[in-house]
Amino acid sequence: IVHKLIKLQIHFVLLISRQGKVRLTKWYSPYSQKERSKVIRELSGIVLNRGPKLCNFVEWRGHRVVYRRYAGLYFCMCIDEADNELEVLDIIHHFVEILDRYFGSVCELDLIFNFHKAYYILDEVLIAGEFQESSKRTIIRLLSTHDSMVEMAKEEATSIGNMIAQVTK
Amino acid sequence: MALSGMRGLSVFISDVRNCQNKEQERLRVDKELGNVRTRFKNEKGLSPYEKKKYVWKMLYIYMLGYDVDFGHMEAVSLISAPKYPEKQVGYIVTACLLNENHDFLRLAINTVRNDIIGRNETFQCLALTLVGNIGGREFAESLAADVQKLLISSSCRPLVRKKAALCLLRLYRKNPDVVNVDGWADRMAQLLDERDLGVLTSSMSLLVALVSNNHEAYWSCLPKCVKTLERLARNQDIPQEYTYYGIPSPWLQVKTMRALQYFPTVEDPNTRRSLFEVLQRILMGTDVVKNVNKNNASHAVLFEALALVMHLDAEKEMMSQCVALLGKFIAVREPNIRYLGLENMTRMLMVTDVQDIIKRHQAQIITSLKDPDISIRRRALDLLYGMCDVSNAKDIVEELLQYLSSADFAMREELSLKAAILAEKFAPDLSWYVDVILQLIDKAGDFVSDDIWFRVVQFVTNNEDLQSYAAAKAREYLNKPAIHETMVKVSAYILGEYGHLLARRPGYSPKELFTIIHEKHPTVSTSTIPILLSSYAKILMHTQPPEPELQNQIWTIFNKYESCIDVEIQQRAAEYFALSRKGASLMDILAEMPKFPERQSALIRKAEDAEVDTAEQSAIKLRAQQQMSTALVVTDQRPPNGMPAQPSIGPLSLVKVPSETVDSQNPGDQGLTHPNGVVYKEDPQPPSQDIIGDLLGTLSIEGPPGAVAQSPQSATYEAEGAPSAADAAALVPVGEESGSVQPIGNINERFYALCLKDSGVLYEDPNIQIGIKAEWRAHQGRLVLFLGNKNTASLGSVQALILPPTHLKMELSLVPETIPPRAQVQCPLEVMNLRPSRDVAVLDFSYKFGPTMVNVKLRLPAVLNKFLQPITVSPEEFFPQWRSLSGPPLKLQEVVCI
Repeated sequence: IVHKLIKLQIHFVLLISRQGKVRLTKWYSPYSQKERSKVIRELSGIVLNRGPKLCNFVEWRGHRVVYRRYAGLYFCMCIDEADNELEVLDIIHHFVEILDRYFGSVCELDLIFNFHKAYYILDEVLIAGEFQESSKRTIIRLLSTHDSMVEMAKEEATSIGNMIAQVTK
Repeated sequence: MALSGMRGLSVFISDVRNCQNKEQERLRVDKELGNVRTRFKNEKGLSPYEKKKYVWKMLYIYMLGYDVDFGHMEAVSLISAPKYPEKQVGYIVTACLLNENHDFLRLAINTVRNDIIGRNETFQCLALTLVGNIGGREFAESLAADVQKLLISSSCRPLVRKKAALCLLRLYRKNPDVVNVDGWADRMAQLLDERDLGVLTSSMSLLVALVSNNHEAYWSCLPKCVKTLERLARNQDIPQEYTYYGIPSPWLQVKTMRALQYFPTVEDPNTRRSLFEVLQRILMGTDVVKNVNKNNASHAVLFEALALVMHLDAEKEMMSQCVALLGKFIAVREPNIRYLGLENMTRMLMVTDVQDIIKRHQAQIITSLKDPDISIRRRALDLLYGMCDVSNAKDIVEELLQYLSSADFAMREELSLKAAILAEKFAPDLSWYVDVILQLIDKAGDFVSDDIWFRVVQFVTNNEDLQSYAAAKAREYLNKPAIHETMVKVSAYILGEYGHLLARRPGYSPKELFTIIHEKHPTVSTSTIPILLSSYAKILMHTQPPEPELQNQIWTIFNKYESCIDVEIQQRAAEYFALSRKGASLMDILAEMPKFPERQSALIRKAEDAEVDTAEQSAIKLRAQQQMSTALVVTDQRPPNGMPAQPSIGPLSLVKVPSETVDSQNPGDQGLTHPNGVVYKEDPQPPSQDIIGDLLGTLSIEGPPGAVAQSPQSATYEAEGAPSAADAAALVPVGEESGSVQPIGNINERFYALCLKDSGVLYEDPNIQIGIKAEWRAHQGRLVLFLGNKNTASLGSVQALILPPTHLKMELSLVPETIPPRAQVQCPLEVMNLRPSRDVAVLDFSYKFGPTMVNVKLRLPAVLNKFLQPITVSPEEFFPQWRSLSGPPLKLQEVVCI
């Protein structure tokens, strides 16, 4: 599956629950839907069955998968063999800390119902599978700006709607 | 609990979560897809809010793994919405739903370009992110120049520029020919002076990509990289928010050192000195601390520094410092550090002069081969393989062989290959080499390719003083009841050729050699029969004067195979038969095989080819060793992780009885399927009771929680195999003194149950419980009897006798005479099936408890069905065979109406 990949830091990001349910996926290398399912199946088989006190790396199809478990959720990122595993482990934790700050004590349910937000948070951490920003504060500030833009647009829409409603009364 | 802010979406997600099984989920998803599709068809009526909601639903469904083959247009069209909320959804969903190969993406190029060159920086960010994540060639062609402009524009804010840098990085990596980077060296040098650390980090990643392609052009960036590293690692001159657990952006430090590894060397003495000062500080100033996150971060930097030191070929003193550091790491408790310690030691082997220092850690590395973590075991294996030479080959290879018996299935192939290569490369003497390969075949026959046993035959043929030794060894292995087919091949070959050298020893007469080889005949596949036939012909030739009885036996076999469907076998049988009647001329034709011309080992050649392919760039040079070793494993397309290759549900599945000779399957193919069937489980862990706890519990930032539930297998196993103290107490009747001991449960039912499963209780009474656990592979099986004493007193005079029927060959390991109180002993039992039969083996078991002697006869569940295996036959393979058969009794056909 991975033979055609060009050099990238992170080929994909997977969030899988302890029960093997997919919570978030992001693919930076082109995989077909069929290949994606296969990757998820294989990796959950490997990662979920690992014991608690082992290292955070598994070797898979000539690649390294760096993973870490937070409560019932496994965060996995796939990288090349020659890449720096601990650096990627730091990225995972950095991402989790940002989620935690954004949602306020994040839990799995937050991510299930707000998977779309998780996507745009991830876009602030990684682009093209490369690490983007090490300042949590910068990212949080940006995210709240975006959120307020969405809110403003909503209010605007409502007030315009009201105006139209009044005019056409 | 936060909801999505869109009611319809939340309801749908809840519905999916509440589905009890995959089927329900599929129904719910199909219903939703139908709904969305209908809504999209009447697009006129959709409000922006609804449109957003539906594309989110589509993305959610797609993320769960379902195919979503419509609605791409709607997602893409949201990109051109004028307002931020819709546009944002359009961009994010498109980037997930489509990839660079989708045609639909072309429709978006113009809109994306307008957003990139427009004035709205939020839109610029969205557009750059999309292109960075999925942009393909056409995006590169029409957008690269604009993205470059943004990156160096002085009017753009950092949040746009850092995204532009990574976007450009992707476009350049994917299409280096399209993106024009002439004259970019100066620009990059300027970017490295950037004060904003977000922009600097992204630019550093871009630099890594540029330098890896053409380091010549970017010399001017080298001193800047060193400055950046000094600024971070030495001066810690960095805003607080850019530190991570007190460490100045570990990511930027790592990337800077990565970029430096692409320059072949650092020539300027001042720069070199500054660089080494910083590196020295990183290497010596990093301690293992309690906080796991801080550890991870500081060691991420440290290991990158190590890589850079190795690359720069530092002075010997610094190198020994590094090895000493790694030696410390491979013994620490923290598993991540152990893993990386081993990995970096392997890389270190490429540096001259340090091998001897690394060898001092051999004992610790061998310990790591037994680490509970398979990832660490793999690294240890790679390292042992890399550090092996003539001086330590014997020790290392013997360790590998010893480990082979207990190694995970997933690692056996790699292990055997590596042991075989090392044995050949560094054998101190040839008899040791023969020993190693035969042990290898014995312990992991499925993973020993033909190359390996061909090679051992070549060595034996070319070395006269090895021949009688090899023959004696081969004879020894044939004594074992169950041996791998490859062992049959190699032993038959060697004994046919050189068995006569030992004719004077007891047990080596031609008749005896023939008998012991022919005993294996019923169990082998078509690929082995020709070797057996040649071996018989040779034995016949060496029998001087001829023994009529042996002659007749062998002729009967030749006769039988003269009409074999396999051409190779048929021809050999016919020719040997005719030749063996010609007396003296047989001697000439079947004379000893001539020596093989010296040639390079196919195995080693394979390994070396792989090495050449991967040695490309200087920075990658260091990794070559490691890539070489994994490349070896790739010789076969089997998945490396122990998953079964494919479930064998072909168009035609036949049931294969092992003794039939229709088997065309390569014995190696059976390798990774678990001996007794299913390995892969849909849901690796049963849903636990605390799902809700998981969902609501915070993701515990401080560190992963402790123990997880015990694996289900081991739990059931204990329940069935070993009696617990409580059981025993409840079951031993008070005051039972004499008289018969009654079995608990129905012995017959237990037997029938075990005919269908592979572990369970075979027999139980108040004193003892006999559990059984079995593994089957083709015609062989391995059972383990678990004899558990339930009492607080010993059981004495324990005896177990196997009464095998004629078609089974069985060997029970030693059963101790007493079983201590509350103890369980395990007795392995090897089984080999010689031909199909319904007879059953019986275990005659007796023991003495106090004055009572108990004797039971138990049927053993080594029944016919255990030796059956499904095989897959494609129509192309099946029909030619079917057609070549002539009518009854070989061919029967019946049409059944249902």
